[in-house]
Amino acid sequence: MASERNAPDLTGYTDSWQRRHLLDLESLSADEIRTLLDVAQELKEATEGCRRKLSLLSGKTCANLFFENSTRTRNSFSLAAKRLGADTVEFGSSGSSTAKGETFADTAKTIEAMGVDWVVTRHSTPGTPNLLARELTCCVINAGDGPHEHPTQGLLDLLTIRQHRGTLEGLTVALVGDIAHSRTARSNIWGLRKLGAHVIICGPPTLVSPRWQELGFEVAHHLDEILPRCDVLNLLRIQFERQNARPFPSVHEYAALYAMNAKRMRLAKDDILIMAPGPINRGVEITPEVADGPHSVILEQVTNGIAVRMSALYLLSVADDRFRNQA
Amino acid sequence: MNKPVLISGGTLVDPSQNLNRPGRILILDGRVASIDPADGDLPAQYDTIEAGGCLVAPGLVDLGVELREPGFEEDETIFSGSQAALAGGYTSILATASTYPVIDSHAAVEFVRQKAAQASGAKIHVIGCLSKGQKGEQMAQLGLLSEAGAVAFSDAPRAIHSDALLKRALEYCRMLNRPIFDRPEIPEMAAGGVMHEGQVSLVLGLKGLPTEAEDLAVARDVRLAEATDGRLHVGPVSTMGAVDMLRRVKSRGVVVTASVCPHNLMQSDRLMRTYESRYKVHPPLRSPNHVATLCQAVKDKTIDAIQSGHMPRSREKMMNDLDESPFGVSSLETSFATAATALVRSGILDWVELIDRMSTRPAEIAGIDGGTLTVGSPADVVVIDPNAGWKVDPGKFQSTCISTPFEGMELIGRIQKTLVDGLVRYDAAIPV
Repeated sequence: MASERNAPDLTGYTDSWQRRHLLDLESLSADEIRTLLDVAQELKEATEGCRRKLSLLSGKTCANLFFENSTRTRNSFSLAAKRLGADTVEFGSSGSSTAKGETFADTAKTIEAMGVDWVVTRHSTPGTPNLLARELTCCVINAGDGPHEHPTQGLLDLLTIRQHRGTLEGLTVALVGDIAHSRTARSNIWGLRKLGAHVIICGPPTLVSPRWQELGFEVAHHLDEILPRCDVLNLLRIQFERQNARPFPSVHEYAALYAMNAKRMRLAKDDILIMAPGPINRGVEITPEVADGPHSVILEQVTNGIAVRMSALYLLSVADDRFRNQA
Repeated sequence: MNKPVLISGGTLVDPSQNLNRPGRILILDGRVASIDPADGDLPAQYDTIEAGGCLVAPGLVDLGVELREPGFEEDETIFSGSQAALAGGYTSILATASTYPVIDSHAAVEFVRQKAAQASGAKIHVIGCLSKGQKGEQMAQLGLLSEAGAVAFSDAPRAIHSDALLKRALEYCRMLNRPIFDRPEIPEMAAGGVMHEGQVSLVLGLKGLPTEAEDLAVARDVRLAEATDGRLHVGPVSTMGAVDMLRRVKSRGVVVTASVCPHNLMQSDRLMRTYESRYKVHPPLRSPNHVATLCQAVKDKTIDAIQSGHMPRSREKMMNDLDESPFGVSSLETSFATAATALVRSGILDWVELIDRMSTRPAEIAGIDGGTLTVGSPADVVVIDPNAGWKVDPGKFQSTCISTPFEGMELIGRIQKTLVDGLVRYDAAIPV
């Protein structure tokens, strides 16, 4: 069992934090993102890499309301809440009332009525966290809404890069793969841009819309051409389950064009960081020697996931307490 | 026998007679008896409707309303829909077959007609199914449906998928002199889409309805209309590509008509950023460039008519997430004011043109009585306060459906009275 220790003084961060929901990174300012990352770093150090427990949120309850399968994100949120002394309750879609015809919003309201302080939600439809934020009075955290956003995944990616490079400013970061269906990509792009990175979105045209250029991002379809410029490569999983029609001729062809392998590593900078949000399709987006190689920070991302989720739970809770005291 | 009515003090606006001037109108036996009758010609007893400051126009005609009865009465009934139509200034509406069972038989048409008669609301005309069971395979019994009273044929809200079926039906309907209405869309390209496919859908991660799905369908439709010389109406349309295609074929003299919904003339896909189901309409709210093009197309008559696009769905259905929520909008009661706000207040149309697009032209397209105040025509009349501003409060809707993209918005153009066959069936001054 994790031992308890004194909590760090976080008032310098919480004084200016106003949000009670974390729905996306698009609407956050650079300062807000930095605050989330700074608090994550403090909490990570205070819990010694998430092995010790603090009592910052004791007495509070976090409900995980997951309507899509999840192992790592769900457990990561549970561990984050418990590391800060909160209780957790788990709700899944199988056997839930939505299967009996209850609306998503009514299910969430019922759970809220049980007395929870945060609802952490995952759903296959974009915008469901926004719906809950309108309908509920507790804090809402988006743990992935379809292909829209996965803000804590974006934050943990930012934190991992920052830990290695000290800053995001001036870095070139490529997001490679199934951008069309990736919530990780849609959180990363905003976070990276706001913290000063140059973002390249790379993949076949059926998965990378040219409209991203209209929004100011670089679009590329040939990985080998951009690889020498990249400081970070974030390899996104091909989400076969979200695709109506196969957007490329074969997995073999995709892997030949986009998989990060030992041969391609020779084109990359010596200090390139290799990231993947997981679960990874070994041999499709990334080969084992790269996934397990010295440039890979994939497992550090997982550890940082708990830190950023502690940060989000804590900051939202403090803002919520302030809001309720003022109301 | 109805009591004679004199409407006086207002401005007569009737595109069918190029009327746009102060005047009065006498109604006898449910029909327009005279325009500007001399005092000596007035009957001994009559009711007067004082219309000072108002427009007096032919009642609005809607080319496509979902009434949902039978089968989906939780969304709307024929009664509530016809009352909503009156409150929106409509005296005639064409009801689509989004019912269960669908309207593909004489009995089904008769059911709607009887219910409509009991409702005593706006006149309800039936759009019969184009295909049996609305399955898009075999033609329905169009001749018998026509005899039963169907005024047009369509599989709306479904698009007509089969090119061959549409061609055959256009050819066949020439002998019936009834139009075919197609809601243009290539289903495979639109499958799963919930909003306009563009920059906003890209960022939001919502599946898009690509403009090509509509453009290609319009191209197919107008080509078949040209090939068959059939009576075809496409709508509602929502894209620049559809406008471009219509403009080209009309310039070649091809007879095809088109309509648009008022919300597509006023609002853009940016509203979907709220993820609220009240903005999930079909065709979707497009990007601002499309909106501007549609407004100009209404002005230059590339788009002939404005239809409400009323697609009522119950509150329960609209409370789900965006994928689960159906496309739905309650628009009968906001349609005129929306169009007035989008087109007249901005100077694109004048009031005569707006009445033309919402009354005279739709009546011509549907081939029904209405859309005119000419002497001898049914006295289907609407009295409108053109400058009155009002805030949309769906809680006051006559419709069962309260989902509207205009909730809380200020619009201009208030319906004051709606007369059907000379009877005041809606009066804003009398709370229902």
